[in-house]
Amino acid sequence: MLDLSKYQSIGEALRDSLEQFSNELCLIEADREREKERLTYGNFKERASPLSRALQDGGFSAGSRASIIMTNQSKWLISAYAIFFTGGVLVPLDYKLTPDEHWQLLKHSGAAVLITEYPIWRQLSASAGRAAVTNVQIVLVTEAPANAELAGAQRWEEFRGAGEPVFVLRLRSDTACIVYSSGTGGHPKGCMMTHENYLEQCVALTSIYPFWPGVRYLSILPTNHAIDFMVGFFGPFTCGATVVHLRTLRPEYVREAFAKYRITYVSLVPLVLKNLQKGLQARFDALPAGQRKMFNVFVALNKALTKSRPRLGISRRLLKQVHEAFGGELRAIIVGGAFTEPQTLQFFYDLGIPVANGYGLTEAGTAITVNDLKPFRADTVGKPLPGMEVRIINPASDGVGEVSVRSKTVMAGYLNEPELTAETIVDGWLLTGDLGRFEGAGHLQLTGRKKNMIVTEEGKNIYPEDIEAVFESLAAKEFCVFAANYIWTARSMTGEKLVLVLHLEPGQQYNEELRQDINVRNNRLLNYKRIHGVVLLDEDFPRTASLKIKRNDLAERLAKLDSAAAILPL
Amino acid sequence: MRTLQQTTQEVLDLAAKHFNVPVGSLVPEDDFFKKLGIDSLQTLEMLSRLENHFGIELPDYEVQGVSDFKTLAERIQSRL
Repeated sequence: MLDLSKYQSIGEALRDSLEQFSNELCLIEADREREKERLTYGNFKERASPLSRALQDGGFSAGSRASIIMTNQSKWLISAYAIFFTGGVLVPLDYKLTPDEHWQLLKHSGAAVLITEYPIWRQLSASAGRAAVTNVQIVLVTEAPANAELAGAQRWEEFRGAGEPVFVLRLRSDTACIVYSSGTGGHPKGCMMTHENYLEQCVALTSIYPFWPGVRYLSILPTNHAIDFMVGFFGPFTCGATVVHLRTLRPEYVREAFAKYRITYVSLVPLVLKNLQKGLQARFDALPAGQRKMFNVFVALNKALTKSRPRLGISRRLLKQVHEAFGGELRAIIVGGAFTEPQTLQFFYDLGIPVANGYGLTEAGTAITVNDLKPFRADTVGKPLPGMEVRIINPASDGVGEVSVRSKTVMAGYLNEPELTAETIVDGWLLTGDLGRFEGAGHLQLTGRKKNMIVTEEGKNIYPEDIEAVFESLAAKEFCVFAANYIWTARSMTGEKLVLVLHLEPGQQYNEELRQDINVRNNRLLNYKRIHGVVLLDEDFPRTASLKIKRNDLAERLAKLDSAAAILPL
Repeated sequence: MRTLQQTTQEVLDLAAKHFNVPVGSLVPEDDFFKKLGIDSLQTLEMLSRLENHFGIELPDYEVQGVSDFKTLAERIQSRL
């Protein structure tokens, strides 16, 4: 691994990785059962250099911003490398957002360059949101069909400059990426992550989960997400490991990929992990009684032998068939993006497949705590990573309070939001809005959320403010969207729901027509952003002098209602 | 060659069978996430089954953001 303490920027470290690991396998890309290509680090450099040169020829320079909206594939990483090499700031956006949301964030970020895939561009270029965005000067699209209408874009494959690009050094304190943790509503939250944030996080994470040449990471989580960016790009690259991309995420091809490419690590969201658990459990249940009994004996034996730490060699021998289904080389499943239920973690650990669960948020870098497996603890999110100071603010008698973090991995702030930044980072401590406590051995346990948001099992952060626009002009006196957990504090990190609070006009009834209207509007939202039910409140919402809803006060009033009776399902 | 109407009906019937709901209980405008109470992963499984049935490949991007049977059937129809 490179000694990252010597580096100033992501671009500088990646540049040296391509030299140092020139002959190592860097990327494998497959589409269903078809392997499309393999690139060494040397090949990667050959692909990236003409792109870097062309960007520079197009006026891209230190501090220029470029956005990537792509599914996971080699061109994502090649493009990101070219942006860092030329001193740019990367704005990675979630390809699953709607075109209007994309344009909104492209405008907010000030991106001058957009790199995307043709099918995404087809929708983006036809979207009304495009008209309001003037900052995007260059659009590059990958894989456009020969006769495709490019609507002002250029082909990524043909955007090549002649001659060597000039490396542009950035400092540790400079912004490397603007990452949107949420905010397609009124207040986009663009986290300004510095080069230092990433360099320090990489050192901390690889100290517990190391990469080396020969390690193969299966990249499934979107690369715009902090976890995949770190463990599916920067981390493996600085260690000369291999990243495997699949162009389709159908479960059957993902399953095949484990064995076909001898995967070492994979990152998953809890939803996918639970699905894997369900599939495995069904197979175990279908075993004939005798085999089942034998299998249970081996699982019990494995549990006893791995009580204090994982012993991969032993587990692979004891539970050979299970491990072979995962390719036989899997060292750990990294799970993130949302809270994972302890029984799911324990299920895999008992089979000898450690699940590296942890806790993090974009604002703090990739991870704050990680389970170091010494011993494995399914009931916690692990201990703070090296370099992380974590403390509990205003703990109650049971030790539960708000989790706060101080570290070199904490973001510089929110783009164009000094007030929000000042509320979030106080005296150098990042206030996470999550509730938790430290148990006796120094492991962090999360117990709930203090902030008005939900996180789905697919790892999506949803802020109520972001979806309210869809209910504008609804036939009611006033409305507000809340995370149900925020009103009726539940000691739970899963199963969170959004509710629409309605104050009807005098004499108005909550009738079928209104319910239908809410349903129609709700269905315009992406499925994971939809509200779950309606709460009726027969009083005026508390408001500020400027007529903004006092959400905290309103939540306090609502908390007096019985949640089970108050939430009317849609 | 199937008509769009035929394709849509086959999509509805197959989805009903796959998720064990009465055939005929689904309509083209239904939001399958909501109506069937399924998540994105289960949707991918349904897509694989539809691909096998129609003998086509539906790239992931084609079904990105699609949540109703009608649009899904149109995307399938365009590849038949």
